[in-house]
Amino acid sequence: MIQTRPWLTYLTHAVLLIGILIVAYPIYFTFVASTHTLRDVVQVPMPSLPGGEFFGNYWQAVTAGLGEASGTSAVGAGRMMFNSLVMALGIAVGKIAISIIAAFAIVYFRFRFRMTAFWLIFLTLMLPVEVRILPTYKVVADLGMLDSYAGLTIPLIASATATFMFRQVFLAVPDELTEAARIDGAGPLRFFWDILLPISRTNIAALFVILFIFGWNQYLWPLLITTDPNMLTVVVGINRFLNVGDDQIEWPIVMATTMLAMLPPVLVVVFMQRLFVKGLVETEK
Amino acid sequence: MEKRVVFKHPVLPYLLLAPQLIITLVFFIWPAGQALKQSVLIEDAFGLSSELVWFDNFIELFEDPLYLESMEITAFFSVCVASLALSAALYLAVQADRVIRGAMTYKTLLIWPYAVAPAVAGVLWLLLFNPTLGILPFLLRGVGYDWNAQVNGGQAMLLVVVAAAWKQISYNFLFFLAGMQSIPKSLIEAAAIDGAGPVRRFWTIVFPLLTPTTFFLIVINIVFAFFETFGIIHSVTQGGPAGATNILVYKVFNDGFIGLDLGGSAAQSVMLMGIVIGLTVIQFRYVERKVHY
Repeated sequence: MIQTRPWLTYLTHAVLLIGILIVAYPIYFTFVASTHTLRDVVQVPMPSLPGGEFFGNYWQAVTAGLGEASGTSAVGAGRMMFNSLVMALGIAVGKIAISIIAAFAIVYFRFRFRMTAFWLIFLTLMLPVEVRILPTYKVVADLGMLDSYAGLTIPLIASATATFMFRQVFLAVPDELTEAARIDGAGPLRFFWDILLPISRTNIAALFVILFIFGWNQYLWPLLITTDPNMLTVVVGINRFLNVGDDQIEWPIVMATTMLAMLPPVLVVVFMQRLFVKGLVETEK
Repeated sequence: MEKRVVFKHPVLPYLLLAPQLIITLVFFIWPAGQALKQSVLIEDAFGLSSELVWFDNFIELFEDPLYLESMEITAFFSVCVASLALSAALYLAVQADRVIRGAMTYKTLLIWPYAVAPAVAGVLWLLLFNPTLGILPFLLRGVGYDWNAQVNGGQAMLLVVVAAAWKQISYNFLFFLAGMQSIPKSLIEAAAIDGAGPVRRFWTIVFPLLTPTTFFLIVINIVFAFFETFGIIHSVTQGGPAGATNILVYKVFNDGFIGLDLGGSAAQSVMLMGIVIGLTVIQFRYVERKVHY
């Protein structure tokens, strides 16, 4: 604070509180809707305080989804969240693993086609799934990877941003360290394992946080390649629960599923805030 | 920048690069090439033969009023999302930069929507704005305004803009705050001694020094509005009503995956690739230094 202006301080806090309320209100409203019976939710206006159906609704959402009556939607959010977890972990671990070794090769070796490899990886930045929907779907179908965890993760794990981030990290490692390791008789793999990996530990953790959120929140890709209800991810599953044709939408169950779908990534951001911010800033360098 | 000290090995670097390159080639470069190829071909209904038609698919695309409309809608949507998300985030960041007590708590409570998937953000606002259950239409009816985003195109657009901007505020907030905190305090103190009030200080010192951050965020927000809002559109409006929220990314999905128009969809894909390449070039060419002064 440069100058003391009491009224300005109060105003600042007021503005921030209003901002937080606006940001949080949709979630609160959703939470309220997830704790009432359908009959209470559809009355106008909806109750403004949480109701008593919390356990009932969430239990139904997790175990049964919309129930047997709705056919394909009989898969519960529990199964879907497991699928999302597998996908998010697969994408995060896969991206980090293949990017860190690719960056190691590009920084610490001189070989033919080194720049070609670098530019090929750079190209992936310009080709998000959205611009090549049909042909990518066809490749995955031809490889027999539809409705599988491999299909959900592997096509998404090439990563220019992660490779570039590790390249930056490695470029900042002093050459003296490499020389010392070499004099002590360490080969490239030994150097990578015993020196580079421990040095990059926080970068890996920060990147993991960002990629976990990225993976969990994937939408278009799982929507394209999963048709088996048992392979649905929870973010896509919500949409299935909403599209029930002429039937009444089961709002409390849909909203309980929505709350569950955002819980893991939100917890990651709140409890690993420092790593999250570091990861966000570093991947944009 | 290059390393002076490197390792020598005949095959190891290729092995290390192989996983990344194989995935890149199989799932990125090859499909993109296929899209390029398809965009200059016309296939018959059974996919048995195809004919090279050069740019006919593109000409057809640009003569299609629906496509041109979709371009306009996308441009309008992106500008709205970017300006709303940027201005709200900048305003909040200015306030958060000023507080001393509770700064960390405010920050935590403002950044968590980043973790909410766009599709989920869409569902949240879908409920809030639902004509029968939502609280906002109820309040609007109280003042005599009839809200139904399922029939009114303008209202549907407003709904997806708000949902998309809500999701993006936290990201912009973080970068604006980081940008402001890297501005030397001495500059601001000097201005205060010269008698400039908080508003004057913001417009003459803080805002100009934030230009790199702002420019970087504009590019990121446009990219977000163009490509990452697919989930919002798909879960909230499905491009409707009557195509009012049919942004390019939703249209290419709908025409290709639902409508099975291969040539047209491939031509749209190639157009989108052009847009991404343009935005990426801008980002890397002009947005090199973001928060360093």
